Amino acid sequence: MNVELKHIHKHFGPVHANDDISLTIPAGTIQGILGENGAGKSTLMKVLSGFNQADSGEIILDGKSIKITRPADAITFGIGMLHQDPLDFPPMKVIDNFIIGQPGGFFPNYKNVRAQFIEFQKQYGFNIDPDSYVDKLTVGERQQLEIIRLTFLGARVLILDEPTTGISALQKEKLFETLRILAKEGKTIIFVSHKLEDVNNLCHRVAVLRHGKMVGQVAPPFVMDDLVTLMFGEPITLGDRISSEYCDECLVIDRLCIEDARLVIKNVNLVIKRGEVIGLAGMEGSGQRHFLRTLSGLIRPVSGKIILNGKNLTGKTYQTFLKNGISYVPASRLEEGLISGLTLTEHFSLSEDQQGFFINQAHTTEVAASRIKEYSIKGIPENRVEMLSGGNQQRALLALLKTPLALILMEHPTRGLDIESTIYIWSKLKDRCQQGTSIIFMSADLDEVLRYSDKVVVFFNGRVSHPLDAKETSVDELGLLIGGKGWETIEEESKK
Amino acid sequence: MKLRNLTISWGLMVSAVVIALLFTSLVLVLAGAQPFRAYWDILVGSIGSITKISDVIRSWVPLVLVTSGLLIAFTAGLWNIGIEGQIALGAIFTTWALRSLETSTLPAGLIIMLAILAGAVGGALWASLVGLLRIYGGVNEIFGGLGMNFIATALTIFLIFGPWKRPGVASMSGTELFDRSLWLPQVPGYSISVWSIGLALAGLVLVFFLLRGTYFGLKLKAVGKNNKAAFVMGIPTSRYMLYAFLMCGVFAGLAGSIQVVGLYHRLIPSISSGYGFLGLLVAMLVNFQPILSAFVAFFFAALNIGAIQLPINLRLDSNLSGVLQGALVLFVLLMSGVRQKLMHNPKGGER
Repeated sequence: MNVELKHIHKHFGPVHANDDISLTIPAGTIQGILGENGAGKSTLMKVLSGFNQADSGEIILDGKSIKITRPADAITFGIGMLHQDPLDFPPMKVIDNFIIGQPGGFFPNYKNVRAQFIEFQKQYGFNIDPDSYVDKLTVGERQQLEIIRLTFLGARVLILDEPTTGISALQKEKLFETLRILAKEGKTIIFVSHKLEDVNNLCHRVAVLRHGKMVGQVAPPFVMDDLVTLMFGEPITLGDRISSEYCDECLVIDRLCIEDARLVIKNVNLVIKRGEVIGLAGMEGSGQRHFLRTLSGLIRPVSGKIILNGKNLTGKTYQTFLKNGISYVPASRLEEGLISGLTLTEHFSLSEDQQGFFINQAHTTEVAASRIKEYSIKGIPENRVEMLSGGNQQRALLALLKTPLALILMEHPTRGLDIESTIYIWSKLKDRCQQGTSIIFMSADLDEVLRYSDKVVVFFNGRVSHPLDAKETSVDELGLLIGGKGWETIEEESKK
Repeated sequence: MKLRNLTISWGLMVSAVVIALLFTSLVLVLAGAQPFRAYWDILVGSIGSITKISDVIRSWVPLVLVTSGLLIAFTAGLWNIGIEGQIALGAIFTTWALRSLETSTLPAGLIIMLAILAGAVGGALWASLVGLLRIYGGVNEIFGGLGMNFIATALTIFLIFGPWKRPGVASMSGTELFDRSLWLPQVPGYSISVWSIGLALAGLVLVFFLLRGTYFGLKLKAVGKNNKAAFVMGIPTSRYMLYAFLMCGVFAGLAGSIQVVGLYHRLIPSISSGYGFLGLLVAMLVNFQPILSAFVAFFFAALNIGAIQLPINLRLDSNLSGVLQGALVLFVLLMSGVRQKLMHNPKGGER
């Protein structure tokens, strides 16, 4: 199917997420959409798949102008979207997932559907057991399931939003192969990514977005440096981990067990040295968040010990953890991190140690102004935090952290941020490390985990790996572990 | 842009008042009365003479006290519906203190002071129960407060008809009148007292500074706006919620206490006179501005006093003032919803 987007505009409040984007994709093409986080790629795809309505502009399929008002309509026009997080129903069987979303009678025809499912699998070379449960599948397999389902529903345009996050190299190859087959069949593939390498390997052509604008369309052969310059507006080099020698123990985690209704984490032993950065890798909900919240004192462990600088904090209140220099930075900035309705100044007054009963307005405004400058937050002291952009909110969260700190626990330090903010935030965090603060962070971005951590701990469904040396492991190895593969070797290694 | 927003804000507020008046007029017409006549009667009945004005001020005092307390609770994000019960408990504790001390040799002034103090403690105690239920029992303060209101009413009636009944006849008119020496000193000829007015003003000023310039107020605000984030920031949220309940209870208790020492000089069944609920309306209207609440409370008190004329002159029920008050709150809240839609562009969504 030929897809044409004409002059698409989309605003979110003051943000011009898509600014006059026009793009023509002929049938049978694998079109790459490249751009940093926040460049407007996802918005554009959501417009095309009916999740968002464009403020203005036109979508033309095979020469016919269409209006998509609901996500469910998109598929009737032949547009199928694979989301970053697969939209499937984990506790159900593969075959049931396959049936969901299909038009048809009240009673599904299992026999028929199963035959078709197997037929499709053969066609694309997949091998998923239709009777296994979805939560047993790896991310790669879930993508495969989703591809079959959408194709079965009649998708002739497939949109893949960052599909290579969290899957192994092997699965990535498999996915690329499948996409090539689909393209040969005449389907239009739109491949959204911020990874140059993937785009380079797969795409027939690439459109680059930056700050909501289409900044260029490139055909192979792709020149990496040119793409980078298009993406960021300037050539960019990323900082690396600071490899210094650590000596003192900061945090000792001794046989820690955490339990809740859905998850059991058993027997975690970990020693973190002063100034060290530990990255936690794993699918969302594999236990990293529980782990961080336990270390912050928000969740009480079932058993085990948390010892900070020789002081046993197990069972103490959250306030005690705070007082001892442990700070927790949650992922949901406006739900748990910042307080909507309060200004930056008010936030800084709250985070500072209280002096007296009355607030010294002049002093706190001064503090706020200097922090805003130091952390280059785009805003003024009187701004309410919800008026700031995501990147500036994240900067504000960092600016709120006290000095000195023993340990910072962070969830997704740079999720949804542009590259400039990402680099900035990590430079600030590295400053902290140099002052002797240890950092434990979780991230869905394996590149981020590998780039900034000294050691990586992988979580899978409550299982916790021993700390892997970030210099010796790879995205591929982590990808496998995240998906639940290769744990036997890991566990044997740790016994040695 | 700023000017436009300001114009919209004021325009909407004025239209809210106009619509509320139109709505009330409609009710009046349906009841077969001339709206203008009724409004005129209310005006004359509330500020037509010095005596009337003093009556308005008399009812302004408890209303301001209650509103001040509620502003604290609202700041912490708590809907202290239990305020009515807390007023009643303040009155009960004051009555108890007066009964216990009336035969003592203490000077009357001291007894009155102790009685008012007891009232504050009573209100705070009752509020703390609602607070503890909310914080540790997971009972929403609206339901907890409602329940405690019923218990407070029952307790009042029980005391009036039981242990504290008048010698010989127990009656709905309340307990035995206290000796004149135990009345709050009044301005000669009028039913108001400088002491109670002073107390109300002091409360207002206290809340103004508390919410505006103190760490305590800021923390309460943080707890009210986002309990979770406030906790993560290190504010002991449970403790601050309890503080808010206690302080609100103190104010409610004082209001109840003034009803006893300053007005009725005995305990009567409906001692709270609905000031708690009226205070909720005022607090909702003023959007966390204590100074504004003094004026709105005066207006509401004037409506209440003025409406007393209605049954006499127009054979209308005096509850009409309640219609206007309720309509006012509804339309002001509605208009602030409209304002938010007009002024803020649709937000949200990820890129």
